[in-house]
Order: sequence, then structure tokens, then C-alpha cells
Amino acid sequence: MVQQLGFLKETPSQTAGPYVHIGCTPNFSGITGVYEADLGVAMVNDKTLGERITIRGRVFDGTGTPLRDALLEIWQPDSNGLYNSPSELRGAADPNFTGWGRCPTDMETGEYVFETIKPGQVPYKDGRLMAPHVSVWIVARGINIGLQTRIYFDDEKAANDQDPILMRIEHKNRVPTLIAKRDGSSYLFDIHLQGDKETIFFDV
Amino acid sequence: MSNRKPETGAFFQRDRLWHPPAYTPDYKTSVVRSPQRALLSFDNTLSEITGPVFGHSILGELDNDLIHNFAKPGESAIGQRIIVHGRVIDERGKGVAGALLEFWQANAGGRYRHKREGYIAPLDPNFGGCGRTITDEDGHYRFRTVKPGAYPWPNGVNDWRPAHIHFSVFGHGFAQRLITQMYFEGDPMIWKCPIVRSIPDKTAIEQLIAPLDMNNTIPMDARAYKFDIVLRGRRSTLFENRMEGN
Repeated sequence: MVQQLGFLKETPSQTAGPYVHIGCTPNFSGITGVYEADLGVAMVNDKTLGERITIRGRVFDGTGTPLRDALLEIWQPDSNGLYNSPSELRGAADPNFTGWGRCPTDMETGEYVFETIKPGQVPYKDGRLMAPHVSVWIVARGINIGLQTRIYFDDEKAANDQDPILMRIEHKNRVPTLIAKRDGSSYLFDIHLQGDKETIFFDV
Repeated sequence: MSNRKPETGAFFQRDRLWHPPAYTPDYKTSVVRSPQRALLSFDNTLSEITGPVFGHSILGELDNDLIHNFAKPGESAIGQRIIVHGRVIDERGKGVAGALLEFWQANAGGRYRHKREGYIAPLDPNFGGCGRTITDEDGHYRFRTVKPGAYPWPNGVNDWRPAHIHFSVFGHGFAQRLITQMYFEGDPMIWKCPIVRSIPDKTAIEQLIAPLDMNNTIPMDARAYKFDIVLRGRRSTLFENRMEGN
């Protein structure tokens, strides 16, 4: 026998189930008085720097039905491209921007909504700039391990064309599944879990 | 948080043969909610290496006490009183300090406090079912609750979930984000459950089963279960051929 490497195995994922709201957004689910407010509701305040935007959309299953019990989290840099994280060593991010948001899909319409700011650009490993993007993590009943993807913006065509991640995508006809469509100060980003319009998900 | 220099390496790749796959048809809802195309793989960028970290200021005094955080003054939830404790560590065995854990569960009769839930078992007026805490310098956490009951669910005609507590875990990077479920040692329903069995490897399932921990019980008060959680480890940045932080 060779020596053992000694690494542990990651705790395996399980579905968040239909009642994820009880733990992650209790006020939304009607359990009030335990936490003052649900985490991740407010990403910005009146001092946050950058362009205010709204990102909204729905998550569809393989039959085209919107999920009304999903939970989305987003993570993004501030308007200067800095993350509000201890692992961010390039400088101090805007203290008035959390960078992290959490939103359940509406129990009737299935819509999610994030009030945030347009993110700045962040360098890839080799120093090239990635196009402005928002990282997304989706959990729900029926999803055994959280799905990771990114939101890019349709008014950033030049940057998108040079983005090291988008450029890796072999089937170019799938790139639009990662690009949100602008409508005024809002962007629409629908997510398709399965089928012809399937969103690109990451192993990252 | 500590005064150690923050770690900024990329995370070890996820072993997706260890985790449950997306498509597990015995768990019926997964059939139309599983992507059919291959995942796009790339090494972590700053977007995955960084992640939100939460301070203790978000915590209320009873956030880690589900027996009392929803109860009327002087009252408490009904059920077997337990302490759940353990460590959050990474694949290298290092404690993850400052990790936010959120947990939720049904009451002792298997009933969730949720408007979509209609199981005939009654609500406990003194039990909400949510809690949270943040790990200490060595990655330790603990909370008090009542042991949840098993409950039936509309999958197969006669499927019951084993007693379980859901956990949501934040590490230090967004790529470490994890939601899982803790089961209880000795529960015969674990091995019948299609959600448990979405995990292909028996050893991986056993990683979700918390042993009874008599050494940490409080006599005449509460039993204890120990549940350690392992998050993705980080690569060292010592010999990376790139600028630090890029």
C-alpha cells in the first residue's frame, strides 16, 4: 500500500426540499419573530455606488412550468469589480454593498427579483478581464445538488465577446442562455433547468 | 474571525460521483428538474474563490435554540430534547471559522410550519423550526432543538422521510456553498428513502448520519448527536503560476 493522502470527502449534498424557506427565509414563509429580517433581502442602501439595476426572471422545469419553491442566491462584485469578501486581496470593496443576495421564487408567479447594482469587471486568472457577471446558485425540491450558473448582460456585447468563460462554450448557440435582456433599468434572466432552452450550468 | 491571512486558493474540484447526480428517477421531482446537458467545467476564478462572510452581529440570543426561539415566554417546544453539535472542517481537515450554518426541520410529530404543508399531524404552537449559528475559531458549532419526527410525502404511495434536519452551510467561498440533510443513527427508514438513495455510495450516505453522543448529553435535560460537516478544501497558492489574487 502507498501512503494515504489523508484528504476528507466533502459532505454530500441533498435537496433543499420544498420547505427551504423555513430555514433560509423564515419571514417570507410566515415564521416571524425569530429573525428580524431574512438574510440577503437588502444588497444595497442609499449610499451604494454604481448603477442601480433590477434582475428578475423565473426558473422553468423540463415541462415549461415555473418553479414556485426554488431559492436563488447571487454573488457579485461592486461597481469597481471588488468582492466584499475576506478573500478579496485587491482592495476594499464598497462597504455599502453586500455583494450577496437571496430570493425565493414567488409562491404564486414563480418570479424572483434582485435589487442590486451593475457589477464591475473582475480579472480572470491570466489577467484578462471577465465581462460583468453575477454568479448564481439555485436550490429547490427535486434539485439534488445546487446548480451554479452566471448572469451576463446583453448591453455588454464587446466585453462578452472577450469573456474567457463564455469563449470556452463549444456550442455557441447556447451562449445566449447566460445573457440577461435589458428592459429599462431591469434585466430579465429566465433559467431553464432542462430541454431545448436549457441554461448552461457549471461544474466549478 | 481570526487574524490569520485569508486563504485565497482555488477549491479542490467537486467529486460529482460522490454527490448525488441530478437525475435520480426514484426521487420523482428530480426527473423534470435535472439538467440533461453536460456541466461546463472551469477552474475557479475570483468569482468562485470569494464569498460572503457573516458577522456574529446578525445573530440573536436564541437563534441556536429551537426549543425556545419561537416559544411563548416560559414555555418550550414538545419533543425529545437534543443538542446537535460538531465541526465544520474542510477536506484538508482544517476547521472553518466563521461559517454560517442555518438549519430547519419538522416538529416532533413530523409537521413543518409552512403554508404549503398539510400533513394531519398538528403544529406545535411553541416550535417554529428554524435556527442558525456561526462556527467558532476552530469550526465548532452547536444548537438545541427537539428531535424531528418522520413524515410521509407524496412520492411513492407509502414513502416516509426518515427523521432529518436540513443544513445550509456557507464556507469562505461561494463555490463551497452546500445544502444537505442530517439523519439520526439507527433510523431504519434511512435506507428506504429515495432522497437518501439519490447518493450512490453507501459510505457517502453514512457521512450524513449523526451518531448518538452520550458524552455530550446533559443529564436529566438533553441527549446529544454529533454531526461534522466537510466543505471543499483549498489549493495552496504557493506555486501557482499567476499573480496572487488573480
